[in-house]
Amino acid sequence: MNWELIVIGAGPAGLAAALAAYDKGLRKIAIIERDRYAGGILNQCIHNGFGLHRFKEELTGPEYALKFIDRLRDTTIELICDTMVLHITPDRQVHTVSAEKGYQVYSASSIFLAMGCRERPRGAISIPGDRPAGVFTAGTAQRYINLEGYMCAKRVVILGSGDIGLIMARRLTLEGAKVLCCVEIMPHSSGLARNIAQCLKDFDIPLYLNHTVTDVTAANGRVSSVTVSRVDANRAPIPGTEMVFDCDTLLLSVGLIPENELSREAGIEIDPRTNGPFVYENMETSMKGVFAGGNVVHVHDLVDYVSEESAKAGEGAARFVSSAENADEAYIRMLNGDNVSYTVPQRIRPGRLEGSVKLFFRVRSKLGASVIKVSDASGQELASFKRLSMSPGEMENIFLPKEVFQKARGDISVSASEA
Amino acid sequence: MAEMICIVCPRGCRLTVDEASGAVTGNSCPRGEAYGRSEILDPRRVYTGTVRITGASLPRGPVKSSAPIKTPLLMDVSREIESVTLISPVRRGDAALKNVLGTGIDIVVTRDM
Repeated sequence: MNWELIVIGAGPAGLAAALAAYDKGLRKIAIIERDRYAGGILNQCIHNGFGLHRFKEELTGPEYALKFIDRLRDTTIELICDTMVLHITPDRQVHTVSAEKGYQVYSASSIFLAMGCRERPRGAISIPGDRPAGVFTAGTAQRYINLEGYMCAKRVVILGSGDIGLIMARRLTLEGAKVLCCVEIMPHSSGLARNIAQCLKDFDIPLYLNHTVTDVTAANGRVSSVTVSRVDANRAPIPGTEMVFDCDTLLLSVGLIPENELSREAGIEIDPRTNGPFVYENMETSMKGVFAGGNVVHVHDLVDYVSEESAKAGEGAARFVSSAENADEAYIRMLNGDNVSYTVPQRIRPGRLEGSVKLFFRVRSKLGASVIKVSDASGQELASFKRLSMSPGEMENIFLPKEVFQKARGDISVSASEA
Repeated sequence: MAEMICIVCPRGCRLTVDEASGAVTGNSCPRGEAYGRSEILDPRRVYTGTVRITGASLPRGPVKSSAPIKTPLLMDVSREIESVTLISPVRRGDAALKNVLGTGIDIVVTRDM
């Protein structure tokens, strides 16, 4: 059997892409998921705040997922759970393994990559000290507590102020743990301002900016204390500023990495700026007929944008399958200008554009009232946008009309500067 | 004057609220104004957590309060729902605990399990 579309991952990206492709006429669609059920990370994100953009209401993670999962029942989309994808190939074969069916190879006319991201582990940030039990990534603790029912901490220090860390500070407190502090090496939090307010301030949990963890000690194989020090302008710890916290748990919320083992192995080009595949205007990767969306492409702050971007990819896949839209075409590269750390999509084929392009990007540092400039290789300014403020923790987006790409001479760069 | 971050949406506007008059500045939308005022007069949050469930594929099920609850009561709500054990199957919207702490607000399930 040949599938029209195989989606890898039944999280928010995979669900949105499969449904969008179905709405555009594809009928033979399979979603392959390694967990027991669809929903991905949303199932453990039991807090509210999802869906304000897309559904104009405030939903919890499971409720947001159900908005999509409910729709599957009315479609011919097949959800294949408990199944791990091992390889994908350029001729669009998908190799899988599951306890039930063993090793299976599926072939597809198009593939959508929706593997999401992983948390940066302790090894990636070189914390000194012992290697005891009690050091978890924030998302691991979230899974233990919210899904599996293990209360894994009593006294906690959180390193990093990413949103999952902040959400877990509140969650652990409500479950009876004492969260001693949240420690951030940068002068600003990487989490949303509202999470600082409702997760730390509501519970009087201190946030130490410009601080990091400089030692972890253990007793009987479990964390017994964590030392926190202030850092200087070069982020080096300042001797004499140590604070020692007696605790049994250190949670890490120090960033996310798109999970692209499958993409890399298949030979899909990866953008070193995002650690995700380079994508074209319709979210197609460098491998023909293979599309990608959501956190596997770049780490999002809001699931609403994951759904939107992935739906666009699902439509792209449907068009690829039904019209064999697969000729090689010239593309314009989207480059970093001043203060911009990446853009998605990275490549635009003007010949494929129907309407405008919604371009996502992040700035490198916190900016006040600023101007976003879009210009081409000749220095010609193609578009500009104003913002009251921008921050690396908050993904920005701009709409670029088709004409911008017709007018452009050479590659396009996006820059941001304070007005 | 009280300063605060609006938590209504991810934008996180910086609000300034006059305690005497309840006047809000710095908001970008009417919901921000309402939030700023209620944060001074009667701060509330939607409670989210989990309760024990038997007979489902997981031992915990996610719940939320059907309406925002007074912020100082959040810890008490958490202790209160410790006594609850749901029996599968439950549907989203089912009450796990009615009229929690006499507030008139229910704790409801947010996933079919």
